[in-house]
Formats: sequence, C-alpha cells, structure tokens
Amino acid sequence: MIRYISKENKALISELVRTDFKLRYQGSVLGYAWTLLRPLLLFIILYIVFVKFLKLGTSIPHYPVYLLLGIVIWNFFLEMTTQSLGSIVARGDLIRKIRIPRWIIIFSSSLSAAINLLLNMVVIIIFMILNHVDLLVTTLWLPVILLEVYVFALGLSLFLSAMFVKFRDVGYIWEVILQAGFYLTPILYPLALIPNVTFQKIILLNPIAQAIQDARWSSITHKTLIPHTVFQGGWYMYIPFAIVIASLVGGLLYFRKESKYFAENI
Amino acid sequence: MSDNIAIKVDGVNKSFKLPHEKVSSIKSAVVNFYKRKRTFERQEVLKDISFEIKKGEFFGIVGRNGSGKSTLLKLLAGIYTPDSGQIHVNGKLTPFIELGVGFSPELTGRENVFLNGALLGFSRKEMEKMYDEIVEFAELERFMDQKLKNYSSGMQVRLAFSIAIRAKSDILVLDEVLAVGDEAFQKKCIDVFEKYKRNRRTVILVTHDMETVKRFCSRAVLINGGEFIDLGSPIEIANKYSELNQIPTILDTGKLPKSHNIEVETFSTNANKTDTFKQFEEMIVKIRWPKDKNVYNAGVSVYSNKGEYVFGANTFIDDFKINNNCIIYRLTLKLGEGRYFLSAGTFLDSPEKKVDFLATGPAFQIIKSGKAKGEGITILDHKWENSN
Repeated sequence: MIRYISKENKALISELVRTDFKLRYQGSVLGYAWTLLRPLLLFIILYIVFVKFLKLGTSIPHYPVYLLLGIVIWNFFLEMTTQSLGSIVARGDLIRKIRIPRWIIIFSSSLSAAINLLLNMVVIIIFMILNHVDLLVTTLWLPVILLEVYVFALGLSLFLSAMFVKFRDVGYIWEVILQAGFYLTPILYPLALIPNVTFQKIILLNPIAQAIQDARWSSITHKTLIPHTVFQGGWYMYIPFAIVIASLVGGLLYFRKESKYFAENI
Repeated sequence: MSDNIAIKVDGVNKSFKLPHEKVSSIKSAVVNFYKRKRTFERQEVLKDISFEIKKGEFFGIVGRNGSGKSTLLKLLAGIYTPDSGQIHVNGKLTPFIELGVGFSPELTGRENVFLNGALLGFSRKEMEKMYDEIVEFAELERFMDQKLKNYSSGMQVRLAFSIAIRAKSDILVLDEVLAVGDEAFQKKCIDVFEKYKRNRRTVILVTHDMETVKRFCSRAVLINGGEFIDLGSPIEIANKYSELNQIPTILDTGKLPKSHNIEVETFSTNANKTDTFKQFEEMIVKIRWPKDKNVYNAGVSVYSNKGEYVFGANTFIDDFKINNNCIIYRLTLKLGEGRYFLSAGTFLDSPEKKVDFLATGPAFQIIKSGKAKGEGITILDHKWENSN
C-alpha cells in the first residue's frame, strides 16, 4: 500500500487534479462558478416543474432542499462516471509514452469530481440554513453515505474506463443507463409516491437510490423512506452495500488485468 | 543479476494483434464470438531478444523504421508488457520516452513545467526550486506566461528537454531526441549527454542516425525485422546498419518495372554456385528469362553495398547476339574487399526498350587475395616509375 501513495504519485495526482480544474472551464467567463451553477439551474427547472406545477412533495418538509440534495448526489455520480469513462482514452498520449501507474488517471479524475461534490455541499448547507432545516444528529452519517457513493462510482469508473479502451460502445450504453437511472431513482419524486411496496423495494436495491434516501433522512428530514423502514429490517437491506463492494472489487480486478495492455489497445 | 548490469533483457517476445476488421463494438464482438471466427493477424514485432546493458553505459538501439526498436524501448520503459521473456531493470528508470509528452496546449508554459515535473515525480516545492534554472536553460524567460499553443515547436522541445534532464533517475531512455531543434539546441543536448557520460549514468538512445550513435554510444544493438542482428561497438553496428540499408534504397530509386522474371545466379569458375569470390577471380553470371519473352539484348551492372554504380556492360556495347533465353556473362572481379550486388535487365532492340529489370540481384562478397595490390572499390592496373 505504501508503494501506491508514494511522494511521486501524490505529486502527480495533485498536479493532474489541478490541470483538470484549470482546463475544465477554460475560456468561459464564469469559470469555476459553473460547477455550482449547473446543478442549481437544473434544480430551479425541476423545482418549478415538479414542485410548483405538479405539486410533488407537499407532504415532505423542506422539499426544495430535499430535491437539491438528490440532484447534487446524482450529478456527482453522473459526472464522475462519465468523466472517468473516457479518461484513459483521452490521456492516450500519456499512456502510450510515459510509464505512470494507470489508476492514477482514474483516481485524479475521481478526485476532481469529489471536490466539486464538496463545493456543492456548501451550497446545500446554505440552502439548509435559508430553509430553517433543523440540524439533526444523524447528519454525522452524511460523510459516510457520500463515501459510499464515491466508492460505488470509483468501482464503476475503473470498470467502464478499461472497457471503453476496447469497446467504444460502452460510452453510449452508459449514457442510456444513466438516463434510465435518473428516472428510476427517486430524485424528482418522493419514493412514497410509488404505491406498490415491492417496486419501492426494487428501486431501493440500487445503491444510488439507497444513498440518496439515506442522505436525505440523515440530514434533512426523518420523514424520508429509507431501506431500513421499507425492507423492515430484512437481510436484503444490505444488498446495495454488497453491490457497492462488488463494483469496487470487480472494477479493480478488471482494471488491473486490462491496464497492462492499455498502451497497445488505445 | 550482477550489480553492474542496468538492464537485462532475456528472451523477450512481443506481438500485436492486428484485427482485420477492428472489433470495437460489442455487437461485432458478439457476432464474431458466435461465428467462432476472429480474423486477426498476429504481427510479431520482437522475436527472442536478449542482451544486457551495463551501468554507466551509453547504449544505442538501432534499426530501420518499423524494425521494432521503439517497441523494444517501450518494453524497457514498462509501457508495454512482453508476451514472454523477462526484463530486469536495476535502478530507477525515467518514465519519459519522448520529449514534451503530457504537455497541454491550453496551459501556460509555467503550468506545463509543473505538470511535466510531476510526471517525473517532483513535488510542487521541488519544482519551484528548479523553476528558474529550467526556464533559463530553455531560454524562454519572456514566454512562460503564454499558453503553450502559442509556442513554436522548437520552443516546446527546448522547454521539454530542460525539464526532462532534471530527472533524478539512474537510467534515461530517449526516443529520437536529437531529431528536433536547431543547431544551438542540439549543441546543448550534446553537452548534457557528455555530462551524463561523465557521471556514469545509463542512457539508452533509440535512433536511426548513425552519427549520433558513433558520437555518443559506447555500445549499440542492431535490430531488424524484430530480430536481434548484432551487438557491439558503434562502428561495427553502424557498418552492419548501412549494409542492411543500402540495398533497399536502390530498389526504391528504380522507377523501372520490377520483375522476378529474370533469374540471375553467380558461379565460380569450377561451376559451383557461390557468393564469395577472391579479388581478381573470375565470376560467372548466369542470366535466364522466360522463353515466351522476346529478348534481344541484356545487361548486368555491379553496385557496391552503398549503392555506388561500379561497373556495367550490356550486349549492345559488346555487340553480342543472343539466340536463346539464357546467357553466361564472365567478368574478372578487380574489386576491393567488401560486399557488392548485381542488377540485370533485358531489352528489345535498343537500351530504351526495356523488357524486364531486376534492380537488386544476388549480392556477393569479395575477399582479399594476394593478387590485389591497393585499396578502394576497384583495383586499377598501376605501376610506379622513377622520373626526374
């Protein structure tokens, strides 16, 4: 393990993350502000349509913040996986000509997504204060839940980016899966809106759905449906965590196997 | 592995799969899997390569384009994984094989220095200490806050080189570095190389420029068509390299119809087929072409290994009449030691009307004999006289 966090690797990761930030909003007037503006603008649209027009979530206190937290977590997952997916191919010049550990490329792009998530969390805190959300003790769980999302996204990123080197279709397939995931995850609508409990259970097997619901429950309102209540303490409430661990282990193993041949396959 | 060896290459093979129709969609992968038919060619790029590089050596890897020398370098640098065989590296190797890799055109020169430094394993603090020296060496003080895309290619290379030479590694690998930059910059590179040589750091250089090899390398390996040809002193390797190379260049220059319709064989005077002759020996050349071709005249030329035209004659000049599809040509080899080759052509009734042309016919070796007094491509008749 020591070998992996050597001084050289640390320097390289920090420099790659820095470059990523510098290049991302290259030539835009608002620059970094877009990191915050993008989810906020999406939030405003969804808020107008779903809360004002369709009157969703009236039974849930602080629904706007509840909605925003879901959007931010989903956006983080989407950004991290889509950016990592193409990152090995995009960094082809480095891979073909420099011997650097390949995982560093995925890791640094995951770090820049994580930094964006933290910035977005600052916005959420501001919204929570404006919305007079009571500070819950369970908020202490929030970092753990975010870490779970990060680990899940990291596992998938490793797998997808290695797969993308060989099959460029992965990019399109993943786009469709994300599109479906956005609607199959209770981001826009409260989970309680689905009357069938079996469907609720199926939806909550998805680690992202579970994480979003748990995050809302722990930091905004206990009136959120979470796996623990939906599954009534059954063993299958641990399935999402098993999926997360499986994605990390599977991703790491596949990436390690494939990374030897990145240089010649790109 | 003994302590004075920097790199040991042991029976390394490397091949690439070249799919006939690249499978880069899952659909075609599934279809092909179903058909159980995956059409690809396995191109063997390196075949059973073994050699050792000593510590403090300035080592050259030499070969023509496509000979596999860059693949070998990438294997040494750990960018590719060998199919079989092993590579032992004793010490720290620079991760770079080319200058300016990882440069980002949208970043400023300054930002690129830090990024490139990080690729070499330097932290920001360490880079800050070296920054001024790097900029000074690259002579780019005024340009560091400009974006790299506004740099000329020479400026980019200067910057990249100035960073690369900071690497603290024991073994430096470089692919065709000296091919770029102006003369002043090349002089700087050379100074740096000389310094490395004095400090006994191992440098591995891939090039096809024999002058560079002769000038810097202590030893070199020659690779051709993925196979190990020879390892030795730069002079030996440079000679072998030019031997390998000259013949095909003649082939390329001939815009004549290339043909295998002419068969050319060389014999000694006692009718044994051979390709080795002593100086002043007689060589018998047998030239044969298909019966159905109308051929009234033929010619044979001798070329040196370097492609110099040594001698040529034809049936027009000698006023010889051909009456079959096979002729014998005898010539006395008043040639210097070395390697030569023949070319042959067949004609109608004038030298302009070519039927077929064999640009590179059989090669032959001339070995020293007591009869020849003197040196050079050809041995001229000569005598000395006193005069007043």
